[in-house]
Amino acid sequence: MKNNTVPEKVKIINKNSGEESNIISLYDTVEQAEPQNEIISIKGLKKSFDKNLILKGINVSFSKGTIAAVMGPNGSGKTTLLKCVLGLVRPEAGEITVNNINIKNNCEYRKFIGYMPQTPRFPENLKVKELIDMLKDVNGNECDYDEELLIKLNLQAIYNKPIGTLSAGTKQRVSGSLSFLFNREIIILDEPTAGLDPVSCEIMKEKIIKEKENGKLIIITSHIVSEVEALADRIVFLLEGNVHVNSTVDELKDRTDESNLNKAIAKIMVNHGS
Amino acid sequence: MSNVKLSKIAFPNRNLGKRRAWILFPKFLFGKGFIGLATFFIIFTSYTFSKDIIVSPNTNISSIKQAIELSQNGDRIIIKKGYYKEHNIIIDKSIQLIGEDYPELDGEKIDDIIIIKSNNVYIKGIVVKNSGSSSMKDIAGVRFDNVKYCTIEDSRFYDNFFAVYLAGSSFCTVKYNIIKSNAQNETSSGNGIHLWKCENITIENNEISGHRDGIYFEFVTDSKIISNISRWNLRYGLHFMFSNGDTYEKNYFSNNGAGVAVMYTKDVSMIDNRFEDNWGPNAYGLLLKDISFSTIERNTFKKNTVGIYMEGGTSLNVNHNSFIENGWALKVLGDCTDDSIKYNNFIGNTFDVSTNSSISVNLFNGNYWDKYKGYDLNKDGIGDVSYRPVSMFSMIVEKTPETIFLLRSIIVDILDIAEKVAPVFIPETLVDNNPSIYEISNREQITNNPTGTASQQITGNK
Amino acid sequence: MAAKKILKYVIFDIMRSRLIITYTLLLLVLSFGIIYLGRDITKATVSLLNIVLLIVPLVSIIFGTIHFYNSQKFIEMLLALPIKRSNIFWAEYLGLAVSLSIGFVIGTGIPLLAYGASVTGVYLLLTGIFLSFIFSGFAFLSAVINKDKAKGIGLSLMIWFYLSILFDGLVLMISLFFNDYPLENVILVLTALNPIDLARVMILLKLDISALMGYTGATFEQFFGSMMGTIFSIGFLLMWITLPALGALRLFNKKNF
Repeated sequence: MKNNTVPEKVKIINKNSGEESNIISLYDTVEQAEPQNEIISIKGLKKSFDKNLILKGINVSFSKGTIAAVMGPNGSGKTTLLKCVLGLVRPEAGEITVNNINIKNNCEYRKFIGYMPQTPRFPENLKVKELIDMLKDVNGNECDYDEELLIKLNLQAIYNKPIGTLSAGTKQRVSGSLSFLFNREIIILDEPTAGLDPVSCEIMKEKIIKEKENGKLIIITSHIVSEVEALADRIVFLLEGNVHVNSTVDELKDRTDESNLNKAIAKIMVNHGS
Repeated sequence: MSNVKLSKIAFPNRNLGKRRAWILFPKFLFGKGFIGLATFFIIFTSYTFSKDIIVSPNTNISSIKQAIELSQNGDRIIIKKGYYKEHNIIIDKSIQLIGEDYPELDGEKIDDIIIIKSNNVYIKGIVVKNSGSSSMKDIAGVRFDNVKYCTIEDSRFYDNFFAVYLAGSSFCTVKYNIIKSNAQNETSSGNGIHLWKCENITIENNEISGHRDGIYFEFVTDSKIISNISRWNLRYGLHFMFSNGDTYEKNYFSNNGAGVAVMYTKDVSMIDNRFEDNWGPNAYGLLLKDISFSTIERNTFKKNTVGIYMEGGTSLNVNHNSFIENGWALKVLGDCTDDSIKYNNFIGNTFDVSTNSSISVNLFNGNYWDKYKGYDLNKDGIGDVSYRPVSMFSMIVEKTPETIFLLRSIIVDILDIAEKVAPVFIPETLVDNNPSIYEISNREQITNNPTGTASQQITGNK
Repeated sequence: MAAKKILKYVIFDIMRSRLIITYTLLLLVLSFGIIYLGRDITKATVSLLNIVLLIVPLVSIIFGTIHFYNSQKFIEMLLALPIKRSNIFWAEYLGLAVSLSIGFVIGTGIPLLAYGASVTGVYLLLTGIFLSFIFSGFAFLSAVINKDKAKGIGLSLMIWFYLSILFDGLVLMISLFFNDYPLENVILVLTALNPIDLARVMILLKLDISALMGYTGATFEQFFGSMMGTIFSIGFLLMWITLPALGALRLFNKKNF
């Protein structure tokens, strides 16, 4: 993948929106996924809602054995990007491949992905056990289940409760556990720790790191910088529909001359806004 | 000949007959007056001088015409079972024609089969079939030609143009016959029992189907039509015109092309009849046109397109009838006056009453309307709120028939309710002020059984 | 295969929701009440017809719309699984339509059977099922078009109001206005354009045939007098099942969640 074409695109779009392009572009130094490990590749992805261009041509790729954090201010398109990968949102232009499968008009590729949405809502009238059974059933009852989180988050105790009666946090725990249940190669977690109690939060983080070490790709979105700092290998920072930063955490700190990731990010945004 | 033998056998019967006749004499005298007396003398004289003539195929007397020639007034002609190809059999003597095991008289579609030209003829137990047909004259299976005191009974008529035809006759009886034909269109078919200019005739317990009109009355007075079944006829089950002072009761009319029509007549009693399943744009249970001073009581009208269609009806009593599941129970045209419609049941009809006029001078009272939604606080069985049986929608359909397609739609319900709350279009005076809360028990008096009468004797024939 | 599996759970889910149970109970009470008070089964059938024509479409479309919005996250969850979108759609649609039909058949069928089955009763149940399917389709269509729940319910209400009341009002006005012209075929075409009218006509053919036969006109006579009317109605009702559902599916396939 040649990335040197991308900044041009950025400039063009910025001209269109009448803004002066004043970005510290970090693209030159972006460390690209090694081709043999690359599992998700996104090229020229565009998506708009109600004529607002949310994603303005995203080029990014992810490789196995990493934890990637997709960051950005509210409305920068984090969730949209992930939903495009999942096929929940239909992009207008661009190409996404997962395991070298073009995801357009395909659903099979999703058997590589485990997903935890931002706010889980399950069929309210099913019991937790029934939901799990159903998911196993729909996924063809493979035998190799990863029930670690279900056990650690102590969810077996509520197996016979209807999902509708559970608290938001508990639903979140269920949702998180389910995203790991099928041992997918890719785990996409949208705000995985939001609404979780500290204990569950830690269990979750441990699990994320553990699975990374098992060679999986884990993509998370998060607003909590400290969490990202602790977990992520790479940061994809979205700003106004473009990939603004795509680098390792350390590189980002070096570039911005900040030892604190929080400040580094703030600097990027300030520079952009000025 | 066999006369001697037969008379011997018949002798005790004859005695018995005489004795019975004497016993019945007062009854005849006081019961039916002159008719009874006359009948008595006829029986008496015929028993005194009669002989029997046997007609049978492959014997000396193998044709009915031959037998009639040999006979004298008062004789009996016994027709044995068999097949007789004859037509224009003229009966000009007062004789009896008795069939044994239903001998068949086949007219081979040439002309009239039997013509009765003498009074006091009695015919029983024969099959008459295949009369001729013509567009010029009314050809019949059995024709009563200006006669009195004649009877045809327990006979079968198949595929005749007209089956039984009475003209200018009186005091005659047609009973327990089965009359069937296979009429295809109105112009090439005749009527089952046709009466023209007759009086004091009794038509009883016959079953008629497949003719143009089942029973036809024109200029017939003081006659009775009782317990007949008339169905699957091309036009009318009963066609009734210019015939005053008649009664028809306990008849069953169904599936006729146009139902029953009673026209240009006064003083008719229509009682205990059933009118069923007459469907079509011009089909009526009962079509009344220019009728006055007549009674329509205890009849049942079920599943007709129109139960009663009333045009020019004056001073009619329409009481104690039941209208069940008709398209329109009653269509009362604006020219009907002084009619009273009381104590009838209206159940499951699409429309109860419709009219083409905004004025009504007829009396509706004490009927049971299943669509009535009022209440009865004092529990006297009479609704406290009066009922208007004409719906707004029925007025619309009257004007624009295509709108029938909107029947039972919500918009129509809304219209009807709106009109009931504030009547603008429906006739103010067409109202039942004492609607009955309970169904009125009219139907128990209907005693005739549609499968009764002559049809009990139907064999596999035809 | 997957669709069948999901279907099972969708039905399971809907059947457990209070709404569908309320609907079934409401129908049961209404039907028993109507039949009990009506005494006469024909009269009761007429009242039940009003339920079928008024309540079944209304409940189906409103409940269906709400159900779609409520299931949106569940659908999202399913969409993240290796299942085709169309399969998810059909499972959701069938799950809703079948549940509504079962609720209707129990709520109306049991009272009908308890008081003696009739051909008209069977037709009544059949049209109720047809309408449940058709208005489930409309419900999904309106929910897929509108991201906003309130707007979706609003559109659904409008569809219902238009098809059950406004449309017939327009037909009535047209008929009265063009009184002098032959309207037979026009009315037939208009009827085919409204599933509620088709359902109604199907029952009319059983309930009011004596009145319908009173109409003079070749087309209507053939329509009413033979099986043609019933075949016509069922044919177009089937079309009405597929059209909104397929429309909803098309949009569902393009939809962003």
